[in-house]
Amino acid sequence: MLEIKNLHVNINGSKILNGVNLKVNAGEVHALMGPNGSGKSTLALVLAGREDYKVTEGEVLYNGKNLLDLSPEDRAREGIFLAFQYPVEIPGVSNVNLLKTAVNEIRKYNGEEELDAIDFLDLIKEKMKLVELDQSFLKRSVNEGFSGGEKKRNEIFQMAVLNPRLAILDETDSGLDIDAIKVVANGVNKLRSKDNATIVVTHYQRLLNYIIPDFVHVLYNGRIVKSGGKELAMELEEKGYDWIKNGSEEVVSG
Amino acid sequence: MKDVINFKEWFLQKHNTFEDSLNGENTYLMHQIRKEALENFNELPLPTLKDEDWRYTNISPLLKYNFNIVTKDAKISNDTIQNYRFNNLKSHLIVFVNGQFSAENSKLLNLPNGVVIGSLSDAIKNNPEIVEKYFNKNTTNNHQIFAALSTAYTKDGAFIYVPEGKIVEDPIHIIFITSSKDEKIITQPRNLFIAGKNSQLTIIEHYISDKENIYFTNAVTEIIVNENAVVDHVKLQEESKNAFHIARMEVGQERNSNFTSHSISLGGALTRNNINALFNDEGSECTLNGLFLIEGEQLFDVHTLIDHAKPLCNSHEHYIGILDNKARGVFNGKVLVRPDAQKTNAFQKNKNIILSDQALINTKPELEIFADDVKCSHGATIGQMDEEAKFYLRSRGIADKTATAILIRAFSSDVIKSIKIKQIRNYLDELLSKRFSQ
Repeated sequence: MLEIKNLHVNINGSKILNGVNLKVNAGEVHALMGPNGSGKSTLALVLAGREDYKVTEGEVLYNGKNLLDLSPEDRAREGIFLAFQYPVEIPGVSNVNLLKTAVNEIRKYNGEEELDAIDFLDLIKEKMKLVELDQSFLKRSVNEGFSGGEKKRNEIFQMAVLNPRLAILDETDSGLDIDAIKVVANGVNKLRSKDNATIVVTHYQRLLNYIIPDFVHVLYNGRIVKSGGKELAMELEEKGYDWIKNGSEEVVSG
Repeated sequence: MKDVINFKEWFLQKHNTFEDSLNGENTYLMHQIRKEALENFNELPLPTLKDEDWRYTNISPLLKYNFNIVTKDAKISNDTIQNYRFNNLKSHLIVFVNGQFSAENSKLLNLPNGVVIGSLSDAIKNNPEIVEKYFNKNTTNNHQIFAALSTAYTKDGAFIYVPEGKIVEDPIHIIFITSSKDEKIITQPRNLFIAGKNSQLTIIEHYISDKENIYFTNAVTEIIVNENAVVDHVKLQEESKNAFHIARMEVGQERNSNFTSHSISLGGALTRNNINALFNDEGSECTLNGLFLIEGEQLFDVHTLIDHAKPLCNSHEHYIGILDNKARGVFNGKVLVRPDAQKTNAFQKNKNIILSDQALINTKPELEIFADDVKCSHGATIGQMDEEAKFYLRSRGIADKTATAILIRAFSSDVIKSIKIKQIRNYLDELLSKRFSQ
């Protein structure tokens, strides 16, 4: 589904990603871990189409298409969804308005008819239950005045409504208490299927107790320095990232 | 190319021809008022950038033309007018074509006894005592050259009189359409709205044109809000992008009255609005809200004055500017709280968004407070499009232009949502999405 080949990315002239390689197939859950500043969020945002992040080398194929040629909106329409680490507050735009516009623009792009008000509301109500959000939430402005937990739940709610093929969760667990993590994880697990894939970006192993990954990768200094199964996450939790940092120097020097 | 005659000289010369074209409107009283105004016009200097009130608005582009005075009727099809009506809104309709009342385009619904909705030229003939009592009573008019020009050329405009205790339930939609072929014309709508004691009405002044022509609209609107009356006023400027538009609105409020204004503008080549609201007595409420969306090389200037001459009045003002390309905007909001005006509440806000590197806004709140027991505040902001928010929307599958339209709509929402009539809000939503999906 997704193939990242030797990806190099600059932000304002400084090198953040240094040749990332990653392959994600349908039905898989990949965890991307790594210390702060290793480039995890940059990778997530580049996949979503942040235009001020410059790709200097490498390519990204998504279902055979060159992903980097697509605008952010077309990537979303092709089934990519990014749950933001810091969801943006948009005063004056209601959650329901954002979702209705998004759902219908995506449907239009895929040659489907727009949903009428009733069908749309049915869809929304069904998905709201998944993340335990209250009806009143729909009329509120996007993320405005939301608590950290509400913002993250809102991301998962949007994901549930838009039903992406490739979901990228960027530190969706950061700052959440265990109850909120369970709600988020439960939302993600219910959406797992053999046709879609998930990349879970996280700093901590904790979320992976609830979302069980098929693969775990460690990003350090803009490169994936180690890959393995779910047990790698446990190892990281135990030993911390220093072990990787030292190891990667070995890789570099070796 | 013919030489352009000096702006003032031109209107002084044309005045005789203008008065000759008048019929029943030329009563002795009106003749005197016009003559006096023409003298004022002659004596007043044209504003320049050296005048504090015109510091950012250079009128020299306006002075490059000799605008013809329209004396004959023009015709507009009802289909053209229909495009500018609000969907599903029951309203009285009065139409002015090139400044002159058009009975064939206008249509009134049933009205309570004694309510007059029509043209000023008819009112001069049929209701001279009302016209005499209220017309041009605001003395500031005499000191403003464009208002003096309007008064000197008073012929027609909208006239509304609602007697004591009457409620006009349906909004009164007044359309001013300018239609000229190659000729550059001036139209000078002169509007007089009188809300009697305990009366209520809603007025929509709507300025449009059928082509992107060069012309000059010089409008003066006088509104008298008597004791405990409620007047809701909306002005919508959707004119030619080449038009000049200078407008003055004078509002006088009596005890316990309530006046609300929403001024929505897509601008012209040069637009200058002066809105003055005066509290003549205690216990009144005044809201002046506005939204302007300009682009290209448009210049839009709004000067407001809220004069708290009496105690215990509340005023609220909120103007929003959206500027693209090389457009320039001016907001000057003056709030005057006189020594008498204790227990005044006056709140003002001006918010602007600049969508390009070259657009410019000059914003100037001006609070002059001479009473000591008052609550007043003001704030002005200038910002840019929130690119983070835009990326967030696009990452949800929403097209770039749609995302811009959504964010602009959100930015404007404080002013739009305070418009009471839903159908007008819908109309503006469409206008915004059309403007940003080009």
